Amino acid sequence: MNVVVILLPPLVAAALACIPSGRRWWTPGVTLLSCLLVLVLAARLAWRIAAGTSVTAELGPGWSNWVMVDGLSALILLLIAVVATTAAIFSVGYMGHGERTPRRLRLYYANYNLFVFSMLAIPLLTEPTLVWIVVELTTLCSALLVSFENTHEALEAAWKYVVLSLMGAGFALFGFLLLFAAMHAGGAGPYTWTGLIAAAPTMPPLVAQTAFLVILIGLGTKVGLVPMHTWLPDAHSQAPSPVCALLSGIETTTILYVILRLFPVMQGVPGAHAETWALVLGLISVGTAALLLLQVTDYKRLFAFSTVEHMGIILAAVGLGTSASYGAMQQIVTHSVTKSFCFFAAGATLLAVGTRQIGSVRGLIRRAPAAGAALLLAGLAITGAPPLAVFLSEFAILRAGLVQRQYLVTSLLALFIVIAFFGVMLHVNRMVFGTAAGGQAEEDPPDETAALRFRLPLSCAIALLIAAIPVIVLGVYIPPPLDELLKQAAAALSR
Amino acid sequence: MQPLLENLNALAAGLFLLTAFGIVAMRQARACLHLFIAQSLLLAASAALLALRFHSPHLFGVALVNFITKPVIVPWLLRRIAPAEIYTRREIDQVLNIPTALSIALALAIGAYFLGIPLMQALPPEYRGPNVPIGIAGLFLGAFTLTVRREALPLLLGLLAMENGAFLAGISVARDLPVLVELAIATDGLIIVFIVGVLVRAVEQHVGTTAVGELASLKEAAAQAEGDVTP
Repeated sequence: MNVVVILLPPLVAAALACIPSGRRWWTPGVTLLSCLLVLVLAARLAWRIAAGTSVTAELGPGWSNWVMVDGLSALILLLIAVVATTAAIFSVGYMGHGERTPRRLRLYYANYNLFVFSMLAIPLLTEPTLVWIVVELTTLCSALLVSFENTHEALEAAWKYVVLSLMGAGFALFGFLLLFAAMHAGGAGPYTWTGLIAAAPTMPPLVAQTAFLVILIGLGTKVGLVPMHTWLPDAHSQAPSPVCALLSGIETTTILYVILRLFPVMQGVPGAHAETWALVLGLISVGTAALLLLQVTDYKRLFAFSTVEHMGIILAAVGLGTSASYGAMQQIVTHSVTKSFCFFAAGATLLAVGTRQIGSVRGLIRRAPAAGAALLLAGLAITGAPPLAVFLSEFAILRAGLVQRQYLVTSLLALFIVIAFFGVMLHVNRMVFGTAAGGQAEEDPPDETAALRFRLPLSCAIALLIAAIPVIVLGVYIPPPLDELLKQAAAALSR
Repeated sequence: MQPLLENLNALAAGLFLLTAFGIVAMRQARACLHLFIAQSLLLAASAALLALRFHSPHLFGVALVNFITKPVIVPWLLRRIAPAEIYTRREIDQVLNIPTALSIALALAIGAYFLGIPLMQALPPEYRGPNVPIGIAGLFLGAFTLTVRREALPLLLGLLAMENGAFLAGISVARDLPVLVELAIATDGLIIVFIVGVLVRAVEQHVGTTAVGELASLKEAAAQAEGDVTP
């Protein structure tokens, strides 16, 4: 079966979700079904790749210039499928809560499916300009999801998101065209990721290097690297929570994947120093985000800044060189599953308390125990508390840094990770256990009775439980097929 | 014949640069749109001239696609989707006054020249021409437009002008890009117009302005103030 089939379910579901149907379950049901189908296909694909099958060779000869699947792309596909599925489950309860007209819900789910479609296309395609187009599509399909609530803030966030992402994309387009020129200057070949790696030694170094930098800046805008990150906390906090999980959990990762594809190319170009750029930009991102975390007043922005921090960690890890590649890949996985869990927890909290202000939420564990427990686990998990998943991957990266004798970089990374830990936990701890100012709000009767009536929608609870499994399990045990997949993905980062 | 084609191409590229300056500075939104249409036509002309010069059928495709989508379909789409108000708006106070903005734009264009020349020299001789430095200048000026304008239409045109700039450089250095890719990129430009149009309409309905650049409530400080008000 052709791997491209994986793109069909979201497209079909997007079309089906537009059909006006009197039944409430129709649009969420179709979306959920499509996500499950994608999950099965992606898991099967990942399994086969881990077992050593060359899926690309099974495609017909006409496909090889357009489609390619290796360990790295299979890993990203799997992550997209996992997060899209849990977010779809969470959407059922979250979007069903409150008053939304069926028409708005149809709009939401149609856009949701298109967004998932555009993300799935990125790791599958291998023609860089086509990849650029689907990267643009992810922005455009998610823009209306970010602005979905139609509040002043949401519209402003969506506007910033679209303008800055597309501005970055404009630069990236120039970069990809330059890369094409660099390749053709050294002799023709298919313009694909593998073709680029083969052509790298014959490229004019200056042109290749400029192209890399322009793409790094252009796509880095969409990944949220500092100093191009300014839109990210807005967009990732104003969107509905399941969308935030998609945006923060996998969209950033998927765009970062495109940047990662260039590293093996640049290793072949003499004097390119791609790793140094990654290291510098990564460290700046981690440091800035860790310090900005301290002054955040909105708990969804808290997790959004943490995304900036984690993108920086991954990029810095890639910059550390081949021994940290495995850790970087592991971090991609653990960040995606953990960050989506974080936004589910934030969404549950928002449903329970109705405000995004950290200062207005105190003693959550007493008012809404499920949301409180989830938020606590989310805070601990994303900051890398042992024995949760992120701890293992961050530890792997730091260890690799020490092995490489990059003491300064490693200690800076460790310092920023610790600062981020305190930054996040300071806020989360107050929200979950704290008492309101004055200390008497615990017994505040009207507030308490209103809150006691809150019950987390069933599907939200299920999504939280499912999303929590990898967060906990991956901290103590990595299944052998996943381990194999991570190794193959790490190998794709070097020539 | 060939020197004539090259000179005409240089003329088209030069005029392209002028339109990019115009989009930075024109107060009237509708004038910006006309400048953008002129710019897209010049891009198509440059592509057609290069196609003749290098006998490249791909570039004829680029010229045709650009000739149809940007000057024709983009204004039509905008009229269908975006509120009519965006055409009539004038920006009285821009972020920077016009002389300052134009001086910075000039500096950017000169910077683009110094970036573009070494790049061009690193490429084989048949890729050289005025397109690369002017394309980079178009890219920079488009990005600069995004930072100084506040009205929705000039901002959208700034985005599209950036893409035009990238293309003007692209058609001279990446001539053999498959036509499928060109078509996809053109479609993508139309989706940009569609989505941004929908967003502007939503902003106009819910916030009551089309000066989207003035939206600035999402800041840590603003959130702080809000947090102080709510108990």
